[in-house]
Amino acid sequence: MRSHLPDFQLVTAQSLDHALLLLAQARQSGTSLQPLAGGTDLMVLLAAGKLPPGRYLNLWGLPELRTTALTAEHLDLGALTTYADVRKHPLIAQEFPSLAQAARETGAEAIQQRGTLGGNLGNASPAADSPPALLTYDAQIQLASVEGRRWVPYASYHTGYKQTVRRPDELITLIRLPRLAAHASVLHHYYRKVGTRRAQAISKVCLAARAEWQHGTLQHVRIAVGSVAPTPLRCTRTEACLTAAPLSVPLLASAQRALAEDICPIDDIRSTADYRRQVTQNLLSDWLRPLLDHR
Amino acid sequence: MKEIDLSLEVNGLPRRCQVHPLSRLLDVLREDLGLTGTKEGCGEGECGACAVLLDGNLVCSCLVPAAQVHGAQVLTIEGVAPSEGTLDAVQQAFVSCGGAQCGICTPGMILASKALLAKNPTPTETDIREALAGNLCRCTGYTQIFTSVLAACQAEAAAGTRP
Repeated sequence: MRSHLPDFQLVTAQSLDHALLLLAQARQSGTSLQPLAGGTDLMVLLAAGKLPPGRYLNLWGLPELRTTALTAEHLDLGALTTYADVRKHPLIAQEFPSLAQAARETGAEAIQQRGTLGGNLGNASPAADSPPALLTYDAQIQLASVEGRRWVPYASYHTGYKQTVRRPDELITLIRLPRLAAHASVLHHYYRKVGTRRAQAISKVCLAARAEWQHGTLQHVRIAVGSVAPTPLRCTRTEACLTAAPLSVPLLASAQRALAEDICPIDDIRSTADYRRQVTQNLLSDWLRPLLDHR
Repeated sequence: MKEIDLSLEVNGLPRRCQVHPLSRLLDVLREDLGLTGTKEGCGEGECGACAVLLDGNLVCSCLVPAAQVHGAQVLTIEGVAPSEGTLDAVQQAFVSCGGAQCGICTPGMILASKALLAKNPTPTETDIREALAGNLCRCTGYTQIFTSVLAACQAEAAAGTRP
């Protein structure tokens, strides 16, 4: 433990309303109050002596944030939904398989029991595993404060490296996934994370995609990537390219070029920009080659 | 900041201590409660040496703040054996199959195996590899560890008990 614990305060919220009140009070008094969920990010920084001293708000155990609700139109997941919860949810496996796969590939069992979707989005790392899947499913994020609640399309949630539209007095409360209207037989989902090893490693590149596949043409294409830009990213140029014509080898090649324009990978401790660009393009091909071969 | 009066159940016994709410469960166990069977490896949730069961779920105790275990049930390696002088089937299998060498990863390996077998008493080798993917070992090369878990399942099946 490289941090000096007396420099830190942890306040435990007794309810969601209490948590929002504490955040509002912190905002009024101009002090920082940082939410803490399962600890899989913040406790690492604390042990390493890299967590800024100050006040933290313990959210773990708030039942209001661990609910799931299903309607005909959407699935709502509470912010404290863990990766283990995601893996266990039969409807997620069936209708949102990329999210189930992301949960399966986040850390291993012990991390999956503690890491939460809301924490993952709050931490806002571009290398997180669930964001590419959430982007392909047009997720909406509910942010709550004492002033009320608002919904933000997840695609416009990230504003820069570890920067989001969430105000310091707001909490992420729900992640909403619209249920896909198309028949499952025409839906194709893809999720692949590339890291140093299959288990536990943080990704070098992650690509999620989904589309409807009818008569040799892709429709309603969503492609999203992680670890290749300052934020998790929807690849809109690539999506537009892939819906412009029936899928073919030349169309795939153009889409791979468009993908290189959508992303802006960098060299860092985990990989290089060149490797990331090449592998991102390879993953697009990995998704679409089987469809090309079975036209 | 003021310490909290933490009360929890460890290995079936009620325990209390005064700790900072952000103290790691790992440090509470080792330093405040004297249970040094739980090991610190990386201290950042990568190696699984500090794994314990928290309300039946496998967690890295280095990543769990004390405030989040108030009133919880914790199982550490000290609580795995059914009684003094006897071993749990998983522990016995690790001994018999050479699943432990230096021993630092062993408490976490055994608790990860217990977590797996509680949910899935008849795992395949693939299931075992996935369940232990968050536990690193630098000695055995893993094969004997996977063999140990399979042997524990067989022993449990033969004895008609479940771990």
